[in-house]
Amino acid sequence: MSIIVNHVTYRYNAGTAMENTALNDVNIKINDSEFIGLIGHTGSGKSTLVQHLNGLIKPTEGGIYVDGADIWDEGYDLKKLRGEVGLVFQYPEHQLFETDVFTDVCFGPKNLGLSEKEIQLRAYEALKMVGIEDDYFYQSPFDLSGGQKRRVAIAGVLAMKPKVLVLDEPTAGLDPKGRDELLDKLSSIRKETGCTIVLVSHSMEDVANYADRIVVMDKGTVVYDDTPRNVFKHYKELKEMGLGVPQITETMYALKEAGFNVSTDIITIEEAVKEILGC
Amino acid sequence: MLKDITLGQYYPQESVIHRLDPRVKLFGTFLFIISLFINDNFIGYIASVLFLTTVIILSKVPFSFMVRGMKAIVLLLLFSVVLNLFMTEGEVLVSFWKLTITKEGLYTAIFMALRLSFLIIGSSIMTLTTTPNHLTDGLEKSLGFLKVIRVPVHEISMMMSIALRFIPILMEETDKIMRAQMARGADFESKNLIKRIKSLIPLLVPLFVSAFRRANDLAMAMEARCYKGGEGRTKMKPLKYQGIDRVSYLIILLYFASIIAIRVIV
Amino acid sequence: MEIVKADHLSFDYIRRDEEGNVEGITTAVNNVSFTVKKGEFVAILGHNGSGKSTLAKHLNATLYPTEGAVYVEGKDTNDEKNLWDIRETVGMVFQNPDNQIIGQIVEEDVGFGPENLGVPTKEIWERVEESLKAVGMYEYRTKSPNRLSGGQKQRVSIAGVLAMHPSCIVFDEPTAMLDPIGRKEVIRAARALNDVEKITVILITHYMDEIVHADKVIVMDKGSIAMAGTPREIFSQIDKLKELRLDVPQVTMCAHLLKEKGLNIPGTILTNDELIEALKKCR
Repeated sequence: MSIIVNHVTYRYNAGTAMENTALNDVNIKINDSEFIGLIGHTGSGKSTLVQHLNGLIKPTEGGIYVDGADIWDEGYDLKKLRGEVGLVFQYPEHQLFETDVFTDVCFGPKNLGLSEKEIQLRAYEALKMVGIEDDYFYQSPFDLSGGQKRRVAIAGVLAMKPKVLVLDEPTAGLDPKGRDELLDKLSSIRKETGCTIVLVSHSMEDVANYADRIVVMDKGTVVYDDTPRNVFKHYKELKEMGLGVPQITETMYALKEAGFNVSTDIITIEEAVKEILGC
Repeated sequence: MLKDITLGQYYPQESVIHRLDPRVKLFGTFLFIISLFINDNFIGYIASVLFLTTVIILSKVPFSFMVRGMKAIVLLLLFSVVLNLFMTEGEVLVSFWKLTITKEGLYTAIFMALRLSFLIIGSSIMTLTTTPNHLTDGLEKSLGFLKVIRVPVHEISMMMSIALRFIPILMEETDKIMRAQMARGADFESKNLIKRIKSLIPLLVPLFVSAFRRANDLAMAMEARCYKGGEGRTKMKPLKYQGIDRVSYLIILLYFASIIAIRVIV
Repeated sequence: MEIVKADHLSFDYIRRDEEGNVEGITTAVNNVSFTVKKGEFVAILGHNGSGKSTLAKHLNATLYPTEGAVYVEGKDTNDEKNLWDIRETVGMVFQNPDNQIIGQIVEEDVGFGPENLGVPTKEIWERVEESLKAVGMYEYRTKSPNRLSGGQKQRVSIAGVLAMHPSCIVFDEPTAMLDPIGRKEVIRAARALNDVEKITVILITHYMDEIVHADKVIVMDKGSIAMAGTPREIFSQIDKLKELRLDVPQVTMCAHLLKEKGLNIPGTILTNDELIEALKKCR
């Protein structure tokens, strides 16, 4: 499933004195089965952009095309689109509402109008995918730990079997191990289901390790759209935007500045070790 | 969409109205609302419009900002207008199908609409130009006499001020939860009433859970900052009448007197 | 001189069913003892659910020990008559920036604490001014908190605590909900308070890069202290940290791997500069 964001501009409170441009002529193509990291600091427009992908926000100008069809054409089934482009908001555990975990996960597929059997099957699969054990299925979601709640909430979206999974800061507030576990889970979910993943993140280390492609946003525009390696070459510009590069890339720049003959084209620790040993 | 409600929000600005003692503003709002119910003719409303316009201009709050707040009550307004327009008996002006519009109906409808919109704008000026903290102080001072009969005036006004502070936050949160549930296929726009009410559960449960969590956090934060009720508290901005406040009292009273005069004479 | 002392502190959460019968007991903090000296910067580290926040809430008498005791400047937190003294001495900055700001104007919020303490009006204004200046938020004093970024909101909260003139501030995961810019702002403010104002800082976090400059680190696990020492001592035990669901800064990890590969890097590396120094000596 491909999504094309074509010259999209979005203004809050368009036409009033409080008008505020959140997105300015954004063009992105999201291809099948990609793992995209979307980075930018708060207010860069990344959260507004992801809400365009499943039709929660209508662009002020420009269009969103999913598999060639304009989603804002009359008669386009937006509800179906929301099943296909699953959007996990920031702190998704704050949207849990059912009396038990399993019923909560069923909410999405139920809204798609599936048969009872299919709904339950999907909920079961989704909970398994995020690693929630059967023992927790009939507990109140409010009794779970923070990390478990997060995973249940993600399962709630996964149960709709989206072809594109968009997650807004899914690791916010998790401890380092919880963060790694969740990102590994996402990676394996992609391998299992072949879905596209768009990961919105502040963490350069996370996107460097997991994404195939990075889209950098600043002040409502796309600044870079390239492989992690190429994006992190813009060390100075990224710093000026207040984003920075992975810590290890920063280390390599510091080494180079101190007179070491090392490449700065490094984004993981393993690469750094090799590079330093080699020089 | 929900962010459009401006009622209860504060609009930071440097203006005479902003600087007025909150007690003056409370008193003024109170008399203004009464004056709306005293009015029974257009001359009275002209006086009210003049008064309101002057205050709006002096407050330097953009009028468009206040009007946005009106959007939320447009439905209520329309409802009362329609109800009055068609339900009042009297001299028939127009009549079609089963509906008749009477002269009296037209009058009441217009008056009703004016009264309601003035009421909303009038009271929103108070909240737009007064910080909740200030408003609370004003209420606490004005109603201080109730303490004698053991009304917890300080506690009530503190609760009000906290409620005001959290209105925009909870509005934003409602919006966010709504979008998140829509992303899971929830339908908040169903035509079917029962379905529509049912669809509120995924919105209201998380909202209440969040409100309680916030209340809990806030209580803890307040206690951590040594909040122990009104006893022994000092004020950062104690209320003190200035010259301008005395003049304002006079203007408000003059306005009120003229409204009564118009009612009696016309 | 010690300002905070936890003495064999234990705390049980008692869960009750609807009739009020005890359903179960969870021990959130288990036999924890430590002291914090005046002027120190102490970091308490631990994964989600390790008991670090429960521990923090004991330090200003929001929670009381089930067993053991906590002393603030020698005063027992269990003794009710010490309550307000303790809360004046130990200020608290919480995780969620929205849920701890009471005022709708920045300066009014900062004034809230001094008002509660019964500070005279003139002095409240002085305290508000100096506190806002200390966190670099003075120019925002007449703004509505709703219009600030997360990091700015947290700095306002810090100013609100600072205006009460505490000797110690406990930061309970102040950066968990912030973006990298906000995190830096808050940590910079916390370090400045420690360096310049000599205020004792207790920072609770699970971000490893925030504790590099601490004087002392306490690592919590399952309600008990799992490790304690200087950041260098803590970061030298990478495997143990991983076991405790934690991590080390990337530069530390890199140096560790280099050492395994046979490079002669002494001790534990915490910053880029240290790595540079070490590598220079290798050559």
